Amino acid sequence: MSEKLALNTGHEGSTRDQLASYFSRLKSGDMGPLPAVGAAILLMVLFSLLSNVFLTPINLTNLLVQSATLIMLTSALVFVILLAEIDLSAGVTFGTGMAIFVKLNQSSPNTWILNLLLAFVFGVAVGWFMGFFVAKIGVPSFVISLALYLAFPGVMLIILGEGGILTLQVPEVMAIMNGTMPLWAGWLLLAICLGVTAAMSLWDRSRRLKANLPVRPLTLLAMKLGGIAVIGAVIVQICNIDRRQGGLLNTSSPGYHPIQGMPIVVPFVVVILFICTFMLDRTRYGRHLYAVGGNPEAARRAGIKVAKIRMTAFIICSTLAMIAGVFNVSRIGNVESGAGKSIVLEGVAAAVVGGVSLFGGRGRLAYAALGAFVISTIDNGLGLLGVPAGLNFIITGSVLLVAATIDALARKRAGGSLVR
Amino acid sequence: MSAPVIELTGITKSFGPVDVLKGVNLVVHPGKVTALVGDNGAGKSTLIKGLAGVQPYDHGTVLFEGQEVQLTTPRQASALGIEVVYQDLALCENLDIVQNMFLGREEISQLTLDESNMEFAAVKALESLSVKTVKSVRQKVSSLSGGQRQTVAIARTVLRDAKVVILDEPTAALGVAQTEQVLNLVRRLADKGIAVVIISHNLIDVFKVADDIAVLYLGNMVAQLKTSETNHNDVIGYITGIKGSKETK
Ligand SMILES: Nc1ncnc2c1ncn2[C@@H]1O[C@H](COP(=O)(O)OP(=O)(O)OP(=O)(O)O)[C@@H](O)[C@H]1O
Ligand SMILES: [Mg+2]
Repeated sequence: MSEKLALNTGHEGSTRDQLASYFSRLKSGDMGPLPAVGAAILLMVLFSLLSNVFLTPINLTNLLVQSATLIMLTSALVFVILLAEIDLSAGVTFGTGMAIFVKLNQSSPNTWILNLLLAFVFGVAVGWFMGFFVAKIGVPSFVISLALYLAFPGVMLIILGEGGILTLQVPEVMAIMNGTMPLWAGWLLLAICLGVTAAMSLWDRSRRLKANLPVRPLTLLAMKLGGIAVIGAVIVQICNIDRRQGGLLNTSSPGYHPIQGMPIVVPFVVVILFICTFMLDRTRYGRHLYAVGGNPEAARRAGIKVAKIRMTAFIICSTLAMIAGVFNVSRIGNVESGAGKSIVLEGVAAAVVGGVSLFGGRGRLAYAALGAFVISTIDNGLGLLGVPAGLNFIITGSVLLVAATIDALARKRAGGSLVR
Repeated sequence: MSAPVIELTGITKSFGPVDVLKGVNLVVHPGKVTALVGDNGAGKSTLIKGLAGVQPYDHGTVLFEGQEVQLTTPRQASALGIEVVYQDLALCENLDIVQNMFLGREEISQLTLDESNMEFAAVKALESLSVKTVKSVRQKVSSLSGGQRQTVAIARTVLRDAKVVILDEPTAALGVAQTEQVLNLVRRLADKGIAVVIISHNLIDVFKVADDIAVLYLGNMVAQLKTSETNHNDVIGYITGIKGSKETK
């Protein structure tokens, strides 16, 4: 650092100063992901007390896999929610896309990659269609997506025919949710995550130093990396325990082979979340998305092509939703008419639990993903406790209401938010 | 006196049968604050919108630094260095100060947003206007006061290397202290050699900050006066139409 700047940039001061300003931000109501983190911890403690199955490696790994679909769908929705729009059809769009996929597989199973690609083309087309109506014609996104929400189950029924259900016969796709990686691959994934995080932080730091700006102490980076390392190591270790042990088969019996290792879906989720976060935080497109969500008129006057941003956000949403669809069909193994109908509302709930504002412009993708994990934990835990489905829905709804209320109260107290 | 940066001659503008500007002349000098005053509906905003390129004039010539120019789109105006700060400011509350100052003109390096250079340039721009009241340039605009927001909107024009900055009623919603701050800012903007045009209904502010006062009355420029050579009563006379047309160059 050379000369002293006339104004602060939020990077000044020692580790202690930085932590102090972080806590004062918390106190003033800018809580970031803390409500979601708190909810996740609380739920995990609660369920581990109530059920002796919850903390078993098999269930925790199951929870991880289970949450992947919702995390993907929530990430998709974040793009439109940041614009203060909504896509109620994201779920049935992936349902219809997957119906196309399995139907095409029936007649030409060898071209499954091409068939899958066609499903994604369908996703892009749906996003384009919706974006066109919203951005160019001015139909509220709630209405156009509700129209598709009502129409697509019918389309699925037509595609899937009489039985209304088709099974997936592609082992490669089945492997995404059901297959596991070798034990070392989990550790490698963690190492890559740590490496990339460190590299990006140091890259930012060197750019700030080059621009003569103050930088945060390295201790903070070390703390962040330490946190990721500990949490990551716990997850990898849990996944690497033999999930079959303690089951019906004896480990020494001849046909026995252990089920262990990180589910294949995990690196998929990590990479997609990374790409999306990168796009939102570090590119002009992401900045403009937040700007349009915050104040479309200001964005327009600043020369941002608002309609184009809206169109692309819907296209991204439908495309990411299709990935959620692949996860979903891989897990369930079939597509039935009506697939994706109920999960979309869980996706909206997850985003809100993660602190993404339905009024647009506020919220972060990673926190929304955390929100999705919270909702999945509720599903998983209540399932273990044998709670009837009806009660499950009621509890999920209540959690959404509590999260939204905490968020609204915190915002009120903050009166807007302070230093980033 | 230095050569004018903007010279309007015989500007007219009608909306259907309504003639809003009826042959307006206006001269704006670099480094000077020109106040544009006049009663409600006199045509001040219409005159400004023509300069911003959002609502082109019907007839008349616009000289920019001595050259005749066409102002038919906001892009043209902004390419010449004409920037307008509208009364509603057009800031994104969910973004921070730096992000707002570079909105739509974000700098890119190494394929990503060049946050460091933008942050540095924003600090320097605010520093050059002696802005000291903001806690951090990474503060969200939602947490700023009205005067601070005005400051950010004005500083944004400095970043864009504006030659002419037009402010539509910048102090209308501000208290005494914040008005003072913004007027000081306007003065410093002019001291940097920028031509400032300020619309205001508050004559006390106008006399405090302006070098020239241009008075519109029902679509006619009835007077363009030097502040040092006039007084409140004169100006009020022109605004209300009690005094007749007297154009000074
Ligand atoms: N788009 C338009 N269509 C029709 N008439 C208009 C339009 N814009 C302005 N006018 C008329 O032109 C006249 C001048 O309006 P203008 O907004 O320029 O006044 P002003 O001097 O800025 O007034 P104020 O002090 O109230 O802001 C008014 O009579 C107004 O009704
Ligand atoms: Mg006006």
